[in-house]
Amino acid sequence: MESLIQVQELVKIYRFGEMEVHALRGVSLSIGQGEFVAIMGASGSGKSTFMNILGFLDRPTSGQYLLEGINGEHLSRDELAEIRNQKIGFVFQGFNLLARTSALENVELPLTYARASTHKRKEMAHNALSEVGLKGREHHHPSQLSGGEQQRVAIARALVNQPSILLADEPTGNLDSKTSEEIMGIFQRLNRDLGITIIMITHEPDIALFAKRNIHFKDGKVVDDRENPSPAVAVRDQG
Amino acid sequence: MATLLASLRIALRALLVNKMRSALTMLGIIIGVGAVIAMIAVGEGAKKRIAEQIASMGSNLLIVLSGSSTSGGIRFGMGTVPTLTADDAKAIGTEIPAVKYVSPNLTGIAQVVYGNQNWSTVVNGTTPEVLDIRDWPLASGRPFTQQDVDGATKVCLLGKTVVDNLFGGIDPIGQIVRIKKVPFTVMGVLASKGQSTWGQDQDDTIFVPLTTAQKRLFGMQFPGMVRAIAVQAKEPEMMKEAEDQITELLRQRHHIQPNQENDFSVRNLTEVMSSAEQSARVMSLLLGAIASISLIVGGIGIMNIMLVSVTERTREIGIRIAVGAKGRDILLQFLIESLVLSLVGGTLGIGIGIAGTLILAAFTQWPVLYSIKAILLAFFFAGSVGVFFGFYPARKASLLNPIEALHYE
Repeated sequence: MESLIQVQELVKIYRFGEMEVHALRGVSLSIGQGEFVAIMGASGSGKSTFMNILGFLDRPTSGQYLLEGINGEHLSRDELAEIRNQKIGFVFQGFNLLARTSALENVELPLTYARASTHKRKEMAHNALSEVGLKGREHHHPSQLSGGEQQRVAIARALVNQPSILLADEPTGNLDSKTSEEIMGIFQRLNRDLGITIIMITHEPDIALFAKRNIHFKDGKVVDDRENPSPAVAVRDQG
Repeated sequence: MATLLASLRIALRALLVNKMRSALTMLGIIIGVGAVIAMIAVGEGAKKRIAEQIASMGSNLLIVLSGSSTSGGIRFGMGTVPTLTADDAKAIGTEIPAVKYVSPNLTGIAQVVYGNQNWSTVVNGTTPEVLDIRDWPLASGRPFTQQDVDGATKVCLLGKTVVDNLFGGIDPIGQIVRIKKVPFTVMGVLASKGQSTWGQDQDDTIFVPLTTAQKRLFGMQFPGMVRAIAVQAKEPEMMKEAEDQITELLRQRHHIQPNQENDFSVRNLTEVMSSAEQSARVMSLLLGAIASISLIVGGIGIMNIMLVSVTERTREIGIRIAVGAKGRDILLQFLIESLVLSLVGGTLGIGIGIAGTLILAAFTQWPVLYSIKAILLAFFFAGSVGVFFGFYPARKASLLNPIEALHYE
C-alpha cells in the first residue's frame, strides 16, 4: 500500500511552568491510502495529542510528520488552515456543529473558507448530506436533529471538501450503541465505496472491531499495532 | 470580494441570532450619533442666524458717533453732545476713497398718528444711501431721493411694525401720517428685517429725509447737526484703512489738537458681530465635542459586547479554524460584526438626531441647520468607532488556539 501518512519519532512535550508533560515519547508509523484505523488507549495515553498533530491542529516538539509528503513544520498558521481545509475532515465526539445554523449551512462551512461559489457550495453540500442519508433534512437546525443525525451532519461536513483523510475523535462517544453502529456503517461504506482513509480514536473495543487496523497507545508510545483480518460488519447503515 | 461577502453573511447571521443584544449594543451608537447630529445642527443654526443678522445690518459697516464732552468736570458718554454735521458726512464721502456709501442720521423718538391710531417709534432722519448700506429693500412704494433731502420735503418710509400698528389692512402708500403733529406723506414701506442681534425690532422705525428731521422734528443745536454717520467701506479689507482716514479727517475738520481726545468715535460693527459669530462657533464645537464623547462611550459598549461574544463563541471559532478558516477570515468576521453594529446604529442615529432636532426646533424656536457634511462626518465617525473598538476583540478571536477553543465549555 502507498503510504499516505508517514510519522517518524514524533515527540510532544507540554510545558506548564516548571512541569513537563511528555504526551508523545517517540511515535513512528505509517498509514496507507484507503486504510480504516482505530486508535485506542486510556486517557492520557497520547492518542488525542497524536490526532491533533495528524490534523495539523498542533505541532510536534520533535520528529517528523508527512501527509502526502507535505511537512507542516515550517508552514504558517494560515497555510496549515488551508491544508486542513483541503485535505482533512474532522469528526468530533461532541459533533461541534454551529448552533442555530441549518444542516446544509453547517456542511457548507469548509467550502465557504475554500472560497467556493454559492452554487457549487449548495450542490456539494447537498451531495454530502445525501451521502450520509440526510436527504430531506437539509434545513433542520442541530437542535431539531437526534444525536446520530447530528453526527451524520458532522460527517457530511468532514466529507464535503473530498479530503485525503477523515479524522474522527471518539465519534460514537456521545451516542447509544445502536446509533454508534449506524455511524460505523457509514464509515465502513465511505471507506469501502469511496476509498476514504479513516483514522478514528475510540476507547470502546466493540467500536474498534469495525476498523481494519487497531493501534494501541500507552504512555505516549505505540504498544500494539495489528491488522484486524475480519472487521465486524455494521448492518444498520441505511445510507 | 467573495471573502468579504461570505464574512458579511456570517456576521449578519450572528447579529440576527442575538437580536436583543445587538439592538442594545447599537443603542450607544444611536444615541452618540443622534447627539452629534443634533448638537451640530443647533450650533450651525446659531451660526447661521448670526450671519444673517450681520448681513441684515449691512456689511463693512462703520458708525461714526458724536463724541463725549466734559462739562464742569463731569464727562458725558459718547453721543451725548452732538459734534458731527451733515458736512462731515459729505466730506467723508468725497475725500476718502475706501468709502462706498455715507449716510448721516439724526434720530429721535416721536409719536406718530394716523387717523385715530397712534404709535411711538424711532424716527430716523437720513439720506437715501441708508437703504444701500443696510441692504434694505422696499416692500412697496418708492424711496425718497436726494432732492427730497435737499428740499426737506415731508415724506417718509415706514417700517413694517409701524404699518401694522397704524394701518391694519389699509394700503399706507400716499396716506398722510402726523409725526410730532407734522403731516408726512408715506412714500414707501420697508421690507421686514426682523430682530437685530440684540433683540431690537428693526422694523419699528420710520425714515424721513435728514433735513426734514433737522428742521421740522428735532431741531438743531448748530447748523447741519447729525447724531451719527453710517459709513460703508468698499471691501472688508478696507475697513481699518477707512477707520483711520475718517478719524484723521474728522480731527482736522474739528480742529482737534494732537494732545486732545477725539470728540467723536468710530465703531466697527462688523467686528462686534464677528466676535458674536466666533463665540457661536466655539459653542458649536463644544457641543459637538461633548456629543462625540457619547459616541466613544458607545464604542466602548461595542468592544465590551464583542469581547463577551468572542468568549461565548470560542467553540464556534474553534470549529471554524479547524475546518480551514484563516486568521484573516475570523478577524474579518468579527470586525464586520462590529462595523455593521456601528453603521446600522449610525444610520438610525442620524434619523433620530434629525427627528430630535426638528422636535426641539418646533418647541423652542431655536434655529437649526443640518449639513450633509455633518451627517457624513457622524456616520464615518461611527464607522471608525466600530472598527477601532471592534479590532481588539476580533484580533483576540483570530488568534485563538483551535485545540483549546474546540474543548472550551
